[in-house]
Amino acid sequence: MNEHQQTLFEFMGQQADKLAVQTLQHIGLTFISLFIAVLIGLPLGIFITRKVKLSGPVLGIAGILQTIPSIALLGFMIPVLGIGAKPAIVALLLYALLPIIRNTYTGITGVDASVKEAAVAMGMNKWQVLFKVELPLAMPVILAGIRTATVINVGVATLASYIAAGGLGEFIFGGISLNNTNMILAGAIPAALLAIIFDFLLSRLQKLNFKKISKGTYAMPVLLMLLSSFYFIPSAYGGKLTAGFTPEFMGRQDGNLGLESKYGLKIHTIVISDAVMYKAAFEKQLDVISGYSTDGRLKAYDLVVLDDDKGIFPPYYAAPIVREESLKKFPDLEKALNLLSGKINDSVMTELNYRTDYLHQSPERVAKDFLEAHKLYKPSREGSAGIIRIGSKIFGEQYILANMYSMLIKGYTNYDVATKTGLGGTKICFDALTNDQIDFYPEYTGTGLLAILQASPKTVTEVTKSKDSTYNYVQREFEKRYQVKWLKPIGFNNAYALMMRRQQAKSFNIKTISNLKRYLNSK
Amino acid sequence: MIKVDGISKQFGKVKAVDAISFEVQEQENLILLGTSGCGKTTTLKMINRLIEPTAGNIYINNKNIFEQQPEVLRRSIGYVLQNNGLFPHYTVAENIAIVPQLLKWDKKKTESRTAELMEKLHLDKSYLHVYTGELSGGQQQRIGLARALISDPPVLLMDEPFGSLDNVTRSNIHKEFKALDELKRKTIIMVTHDVQEAFELGDRICLMDKGKIVQSGTPAELLFNPVNEFVKGFLKDQRLQLEFKAVKLHDLWELLPQLLKKTEGRSLSSVIDIWTALESFKFSGEESISIINHEGDQKQVSFEQLMAAFYQYKNKQGHE
Repeated sequence: MNEHQQTLFEFMGQQADKLAVQTLQHIGLTFISLFIAVLIGLPLGIFITRKVKLSGPVLGIAGILQTIPSIALLGFMIPVLGIGAKPAIVALLLYALLPIIRNTYTGITGVDASVKEAAVAMGMNKWQVLFKVELPLAMPVILAGIRTATVINVGVATLASYIAAGGLGEFIFGGISLNNTNMILAGAIPAALLAIIFDFLLSRLQKLNFKKISKGTYAMPVLLMLLSSFYFIPSAYGGKLTAGFTPEFMGRQDGNLGLESKYGLKIHTIVISDAVMYKAAFEKQLDVISGYSTDGRLKAYDLVVLDDDKGIFPPYYAAPIVREESLKKFPDLEKALNLLSGKINDSVMTELNYRTDYLHQSPERVAKDFLEAHKLYKPSREGSAGIIRIGSKIFGEQYILANMYSMLIKGYTNYDVATKTGLGGTKICFDALTNDQIDFYPEYTGTGLLAILQASPKTVTEVTKSKDSTYNYVQREFEKRYQVKWLKPIGFNNAYALMMRRQQAKSFNIKTISNLKRYLNSK
Repeated sequence: MIKVDGISKQFGKVKAVDAISFEVQEQENLILLGTSGCGKTTTLKMINRLIEPTAGNIYINNKNIFEQQPEVLRRSIGYVLQNNGLFPHYTVAENIAIVPQLLKWDKKKTESRTAELMEKLHLDKSYLHVYTGELSGGQQQRIGLARALISDPPVLLMDEPFGSLDNVTRSNIHKEFKALDELKRKTIIMVTHDVQEAFELGDRICLMDKGKIVQSGTPAELLFNPVNEFVKGFLKDQRLQLEFKAVKLHDLWELLPQLLKKTEGRSLSSVIDIWTALESFKFSGEESISIINHEGDQKQVSFEQLMAAFYQYKNKQGHE
């Protein structure tokens, strides 16, 4: 990676291809959904001016749809429509409905009653009244609604990247995960510009005189279709297999960048959120995903981890990290914590995660079952020689580990335990540790190396050659910098990994990432 | 001829129009007069089926209008609204051409007919391509009238056509209205709450109250033979002026002094009302005016003679 601070323009220049694709996708998504929303909303708005009794319920329902948080709405769509463009378009269209229906209704009911009466009295039939009088006169208000809907859609379309529908959200959310300001801005600035430009263009359209607008109305659908088609331009290319990577994985050296530079892996990739990725792989919408090697869903969806034969994913061996002061204060602590060392390998951890994440068993029960099976469990001594504060990050695996440690400490020492689970991400947890809010928590060597120590690329390449050299490096550095001690590793490695469906990997004979590349390059 | 036969309209529990009947002769100008809410506008709108009646029938030239398609019926009836109802997104020319377009006239015919009406209504040709919002209230009302007259329909319905105009503009338009030859050929039903206007423009007046017709007749009949206190009360304001407007010179013909000698020059027609005759004294400054009736007989009267005849006439009416 470059050592000097990259400017926004350098970033945009470097990523121009992706930026163009995402922008086109973004425009496409916005306008496909807008187009459909106009097709539905306009007639519906007209309809409720004729059946005024229905206007309350219809506007009410459209209003409720509007209040559903966008991410939740996208979430609701996945079970019904899967991932990709479909649910994103439906969600966007639902958001666009309210302003269009409401403004159509308001616009038409707002037409001067005496003008309408004159139209009828001249002998116009109801369609002539609608098309020659009501719609042209309501058009500025209707256009204002479409304008609002467009701006809303440009905004909400950023969320489409969560469900693999693309758009500028890929940069925005990737940038947030990676704490890369340039990447965030590379997505956010074009998105804001799109909103401003479309708003401006529509405001011009609104200000044209009545006559021209009625002709402009015919041009509108054509224009909308044209803009909608943008979405399909980028997706015209494809590949044998489709990969779904998280925005974070896309931008990491120990992620997609490494896959491209070290393996030369070129695969049709879509960006998707961690939450739906595993299921999408199971449902054959994705073939290769970026996951965590001990994730319970690996087992739930029968996926296999591809061997990282060139070692681009640094090891993420888990071990408790403890304040040195605490070790002095509680002399029996280290021994109790080391009871777990070497006891849990990858598949065991996957199994445990599977029980909490997928079977929804409580972390406490899973922890106790495990300790009992390994004859480590002892009932609590109800000790009172001091309180040890255990921290954990906010995901299942950490909860299980925290529970195990809690039971071990209570069973083997005279200390009592206070657990502070759910301390958000790495930064919050580690800050709590260094500020004497907790005594220890389980951490991963890779996280220590990359996120906490923020080692230079050179050091990373050097020390990630083996799991021991990584462990030794972080142990040494943590002690020096933070007076925090890494105890013995628990045994499992929760690293980034590429995974595939077992069935597919077997039939294509893919075991390693190199195998995958060879398969992709064949034919 | 329009025949309204026992027509009623009920809105929920309210009887807006309660089984009323009347007839309008060809080329007659009938005024539906009354306060707001008396049912006069509802009655008018039932004639071109903007409102469908709850009961009763309406015939235009002996054809039941409820047996015709409403759109077709409406294209044969001119309609003028109080707030003119011009289309703000249409130019003056387009507004006037609405009905011809519905009737699929060819462009030439529409254009020449528009030009003819514009001239008759004293509208400058340069207005043709401006939007109606840029015109004054009086001009807009004239265009509303042109739009209603374009296809030369035999029947014209007018809903308080001059209600939104100021007094000066209104009295000017009244004069033009009376002078317009197009309108003389039409059967007109006009709604107004303005007694002066009713007396000035109406051949006959139907005075309505609470959905019923209280009295119908010529202005003079209403004035001199009111059927009840309501009619009397309604015509109480500016009564003298109403009387001057209700009585025509030919009504007084017998009471005016015999012709002394034939005079040369301008004579007033005996169809004009006394109000107009009195105005002509004022404007001409002459001692006497010369009047000619439809048989060509001529009379010469002074102001005093005219007033004397009028009071004689009035006394006679009261005692009938």
